[in-house]
Amino acid sequence: MTPRLSIDDLSIAMPEGADRALALDGVSLSIGSDEIVCLVGESGSGKSMTARAILRLLPPVVRLTGGRIILDGKQDLLRLPEAGMRAVRGARIGMIFQEPMSALNPLHSIGAQIGEAFRVHTELGRREIEARVQALLAEVLIPDPLSAVKAYPHELSGGQRQRAMIAMALAMEPGLLIADEPTTALDVTTQAQILKLIRELQKRKGTGVLFITHDFGVVAEIADRVAVMQGGKIVEQGAAEDILNRPQHPYTRRLIAAIPPLHPAPSRLPERSAQLQVTGLTKTYGGKGPFRKHGRVIHALKDVSFDLHRGVTLGIVGESGSGKSTLARCLVRLLEADSGQVRLDGIDLSALSAKQWQRESRRIQMVFQDPFGSLNPRRRAGEIVAQGSIVRGEPRKQVQDRVRRLFDLVGLDPDATLRFPHEFSGGQRQRIGLARALALEPEILIADEPVSALDVSVQAQVLDLLADLRERLGLSLVFITHDLRVAAKVADDILVMQNGEIVESGPASQILLHPKHPYTQALIASVPGRHWTPPDAGTADSAA
Amino acid sequence: MPLLGFALRRLLTSIPSLLIILVGVFVLLQFAPGDTVDALLAQMGGGDIAVIENLRRFYGLDASATVRMGRYLLRLVQLDLGFSAIYGKPVAEVIVERLPVTLLLMASSLLLALLGGIVLGTMAARRVNKWPDALISTVGLLFYATPSFWLGLMGMVVFAVKLGWLPSGGYEELGAGHVGFWRLVDIARHMVLPTLTLALIFLSIYLRIMRASMLEVSTMDFVQTARAKGVDETRIVTRHVLRNALLPMVTLVGLHASTMLGGSCVVESVFTLPGLGRLAYEAVVQRDLNTLLGIVFISALLVIIVNFLVDLLYARLDPRIREKGR
Amino acid sequence: MHAFQRYLRNPSAILGLVLLLVVVLLALGADVIFPRNPLALAGRPLQWPLANARFWLGTDNLGRDIAAQIFHGARISLLIGVVATSIAVVLGILVGAVAGYYGGLIDEVLMRLTDAFQILPNFLLLLLLIAVFGSHIETVVIAIGMVSWPAPARLTRAEFMSLRHREFVEAARLSGLGDLRLIFSEILPNALPPVIVYASVVMATAILLESALAFLNLSDPNVSSWGNLIGQGRSVLRSEWYVCAIPGIAILLTVLAVSLVGQGLNDVLNPRLDQQ
Repeated sequence: MTPRLSIDDLSIAMPEGADRALALDGVSLSIGSDEIVCLVGESGSGKSMTARAILRLLPPVVRLTGGRIILDGKQDLLRLPEAGMRAVRGARIGMIFQEPMSALNPLHSIGAQIGEAFRVHTELGRREIEARVQALLAEVLIPDPLSAVKAYPHELSGGQRQRAMIAMALAMEPGLLIADEPTTALDVTTQAQILKLIRELQKRKGTGVLFITHDFGVVAEIADRVAVMQGGKIVEQGAAEDILNRPQHPYTRRLIAAIPPLHPAPSRLPERSAQLQVTGLTKTYGGKGPFRKHGRVIHALKDVSFDLHRGVTLGIVGESGSGKSTLARCLVRLLEADSGQVRLDGIDLSALSAKQWQRESRRIQMVFQDPFGSLNPRRRAGEIVAQGSIVRGEPRKQVQDRVRRLFDLVGLDPDATLRFPHEFSGGQRQRIGLARALALEPEILIADEPVSALDVSVQAQVLDLLADLRERLGLSLVFITHDLRVAAKVADDILVMQNGEIVESGPASQILLHPKHPYTQALIASVPGRHWTPPDAGTADSAA
Repeated sequence: MPLLGFALRRLLTSIPSLLIILVGVFVLLQFAPGDTVDALLAQMGGGDIAVIENLRRFYGLDASATVRMGRYLLRLVQLDLGFSAIYGKPVAEVIVERLPVTLLLMASSLLLALLGGIVLGTMAARRVNKWPDALISTVGLLFYATPSFWLGLMGMVVFAVKLGWLPSGGYEELGAGHVGFWRLVDIARHMVLPTLTLALIFLSIYLRIMRASMLEVSTMDFVQTARAKGVDETRIVTRHVLRNALLPMVTLVGLHASTMLGGSCVVESVFTLPGLGRLAYEAVVQRDLNTLLGIVFISALLVIIVNFLVDLLYARLDPRIREKGR
Repeated sequence: MHAFQRYLRNPSAILGLVLLLVVVLLALGADVIFPRNPLALAGRPLQWPLANARFWLGTDNLGRDIAAQIFHGARISLLIGVVATSIAVVLGILVGAVAGYYGGLIDEVLMRLTDAFQILPNFLLLLLLIAVFGSHIETVVIAIGMVSWPAPARLTRAEFMSLRHREFVEAARLSGLGDLRLIFSEILPNALPPVIVYASVVMATAILLESALAFLNLSDPNVSSWGNLIGQGRSVLRSEWYVCAIPGIAILLTVLAVSLVGQGLNDVLNPRLDQQ
C-alpha cells in the first residue's frame, strides 16, 4: 500500500548566522493512511519546520536545499506550482495549530472561518455551506453548534476553539491531517478530550495524522508510530510500543528517563510542625473603580485555608483559572487578599505595615515561571541576585562574595555574574531566579510553575537541584504546578484547587493513588500516558 | 444594544474631562491682561469711569471670579454661550455662522486622508522593501515634514497665481451670485486647496500606520491558518489582513479630531475661510474672551462627538470590544 | 556600541543625522557669519536670490537679509525642538509612569486630565496660552511643551501597565525594593525606548507648531523665526514668492531630519519583524 505522504531526504538551510546550518537535515518519514505518527522532540529540534515544509508554509528566511515530499504516491509537493499547492492545502491536507486563540481570526465568526474552506475549494451555495458547517461542529462535539456558528473566537473556551480548529481542518475531509502541538496550550482535562476526539475522528475517517508534540505522555496516549527528532535530524523511528518501552538511541533514552513517573515519592519527615498557617484567604477581581461598574466580579480565591509544615514540600495543583497563582502572590503580598490571614510562625503577615513586611519578606521568597520575563533584561545577572541584599543595607563587598557562592550553589559559573540575562539558556535563567530567591536566606520558598517553560531534560535537572537545595538549606517549599507528574516527583503533600477553592488535600500518596474528590479523579485520569510507566533506563543518569 | 452601550460608556467618561477643560480655561482666562471691556474701550478709543462701570456690570464682570464661573457653567448647561462684545451679537450666533465651513473642511480632509492613507499604505505593505514601497514611504515622509500653511501658500502660488486653475482664497465667490448646483461647484472649487493642505499631513500619518499595521497583521497566526486552508493571497489581504489592520487607524482618527480642528485654525487663516479656526484667531487678537470660551466649548463638544462616532465604528469592526469595554 | 553601528547601516537614518548636523551648524555659525541683527534693514527690499552677491538668498519685503534670518532662525527651531520636547517628554513620563504604575483612582484622575488636554485642540490651547501670557519666546517654548505632553504620557502609561505585572518587577518588589526604585530603576529603563522614539515625533510637531504661531504673527516678533519670515512674505506672495518658499524649505528639511533620525532610532531600539 502506498503511504499517504512520504518525506524523502528533506533538507532545509537556516539563514546565515543561525546556531546551526541546516534546520532539517535529511529527514525521511512516511505517514500511512489510517495511522497516527508522532513526531517528538524538544524545542528547536525542527519538528514544526517539518510540518510547515509539507504545506510549503516556510518562513521566507529559510531555504529548501533538497528532498521530495510525495502525496498519495503521485505528486511531489515541493515541485507543485503555487496554484496547485493551494488546491492541496485545506482540501487534501488539513492543519491544526498550537494556539487556537491566535490561529483564529478574531474579527470573523467561527462559522465564517470554517465555511471559508468550502468557499475556496468548492462551488457550494451559502445554504449548503451553512448546513455542512453545522454538521462539522456537531461532529467535533461542540456544545450547541447552532450558536457556535455565530460565535466569535473570544466567546469560546480554549477547548471549544480547538474543536472549531479541528472542524476547520477536517472540513474538506483531507486524507492527511497535520497537528502541530494541538493540545499544548490546553488544560490537562481538555487535552484528554481533544486527544480522544482526534483519535476517534481519525479512526472513523481513515485519516493519516502527523502529530507533533514534545510530550511523551501524549505520545503514549495517541501514537501508532513515533519518530524522534534532535537538531534537525530524525534519530530514531519505529512502532510506538517499541520506542516507548525499548528506546535504542541514547537521546531518546535520555528524554524518556527525564519524564517523572506518576507514582508518589516515598514520604519523608515523620514529625511535623506547622510553619505557615493560611486561614480563610479570599480574593476577588473586578467590580471596583468609578467607571468599571459593569465589570464582572471574579472570585479568584474562596476561603482558602491550609498549613505548610516545616521542611515539607507542598504541591499545589490545578488547571488554569484555579487560583493557584493568585494564591502564591497573596502569600507574599504581591497581591493583597480581601480577607483572611497568613501566619508565619504565629506572626500575621497580612497585618504588617508595608515597611514591616519589606523586612519580613526576606523569610518567604519566590521563584517565578517565565525564565525570560522574570529577569530584568537590562541588569547583569549578578546585580539581579544581589539587589535584595543591597537594598537591605548589606555592604557591597560581602554581597558580591555571597552572589558568587550562590552562583556556584545553583550550578552556574561564578564568573558569569557580569553577563546579561539574554546570554543564558532557559534552564540557566531559572537557576539565576533561584539564586535571587536564595540570596535573602529565606525559610520558605514559593515556586510558581518553575519548570513548565522548560524542555523535559532541563526540567529534570532543575527539579533535582530544587530537591537538593531543600535538603541542604532546610527549606519549606510551596510548589505550584499544573503537571501531576511533576507534583508526584517533588511533593510530600498535595493540595488540589478548582475555581479558587481547595477541593482536596492530603499526603501525595493518598491524593495520587486514592483520590476521593471527583475533580481530583478526573485530573488524574486525564494525565496523558498514565498507563505507561517509563522504563528505568540506568544509563540515563549521566545526562545531568 | 451592546455596541451602543460601549460607545455610551466611553461618552460618559468624557464628561469629567469636559468639566476640567471648561474650569481650566475659565481660570486660565482670569490671568489674561485686560478683559472684554478693556478690549472694547481700546476699540472705541477710551471712555469715562461711569461708562466703564456700566459696561462691566452689563457683561457681569463686577462679580467675583467664582460667582462668574458658576454663572458661566450654569449658562452653558442651557447652551447659552453669552454675548460677544466685538461682534455685537450672541456668541452662539457667531459660532453657528462659522461652523459649517470648518465642518466641511474637516470632513473632506478626513475622508481624503483616510482613503489615501489606506490605499497607499496597503500598496506599500504589499510591495514591502521594493521601489513602490520606497517611493510611497518617501513621499509620505515629505508630506509629514511639510508645514501645512507653507504648503497652502505654495499651492496658491502654483494653482491660483501661475496656473489660474483654482481660486486663491475665500469660501465662495460672493459677487458672482451663484445659486443651487453652481454654488456647490463654486464652494467645492474653493475647498480643493484648503482640503489638500489640511489633509496631507494626516494622510502621511495614516499611510505609515497602515503600512506598519498591515505588515504586523501579515505575520499573525490566523493568516497562516488561512493559507493552510488554501486561501489565495488576494483574499487573505482583503478578507483577513485589511480589517484587522484598520483597527489601529480607527483609534487614531478619534485622537486626531482635535489635532485637525487645531490645524484648521492655520489653514483657514491662510485661505481666508470664514470658519471656526479663523474666528479663534480673531478672538485671540481682539481679546474677545467670551467668544474664545464659546469656541473652546464647541470644539470640545465636536471632538467628543467625533470620538463617539469613532467608538461606534470601532465596536462595529471589532466584536471583542462589544462586551468588554476598554 | 552595536546599536550605533546598526544605526549607521541605515542610509535614510544617516541622511537624517547629516541634515540635523547641518541645522546645528547653521545655528552655531549664525553669530560668526551674520554678526549683525538679522531683523535690521540690510539693503534694498525684494532682491531675488543670487541677484546680489551680498545677499545670496535675496532680501525680504522689509529689506532684511534672508540668509541671515535662515541662519538665526535655525537657533529658534532647535531651541523649540529641544526645550519644548524635553518639557513635554519629562512631564509625560512622570504623569504616565504614576498613572500606569499605581492604576486605580490616581490613574483615573490623571487620565481624565490627559483626555481633557487631548480633547481641546492643542493649537487652540496654544492660542489661549499666548493670549494670556504674551508671546515672549520663553512663554512660547513653555506653552508648546505644555500642550505636547499627553501623547508621551499615554505611551508611557501603556508601557508601565504592561510591565508592572511582569515577573521581574514582582521579583524585584519581593526583594524589598520600594515604589520609587521599582518605577525608576526597574520599569522605566524598559519602558523608555518607545518613548525616546516618540520624542522625535513630539520634536517635529513642536517645530511645526512654533512656525505656525510665528506665521500667524503670534510668536515673539523680536527673534528671527522661519515661520515669522513666511508670514512677512505672504503680502508679496504673488510676485516674490521666494520670500515664503526659502524658509519653508528650511522648516521642511529640519522636520524631515528629526523624523528620519527618529525612524533610525526606532529600528535600533525596537527591533521588529519589519525588515523581513
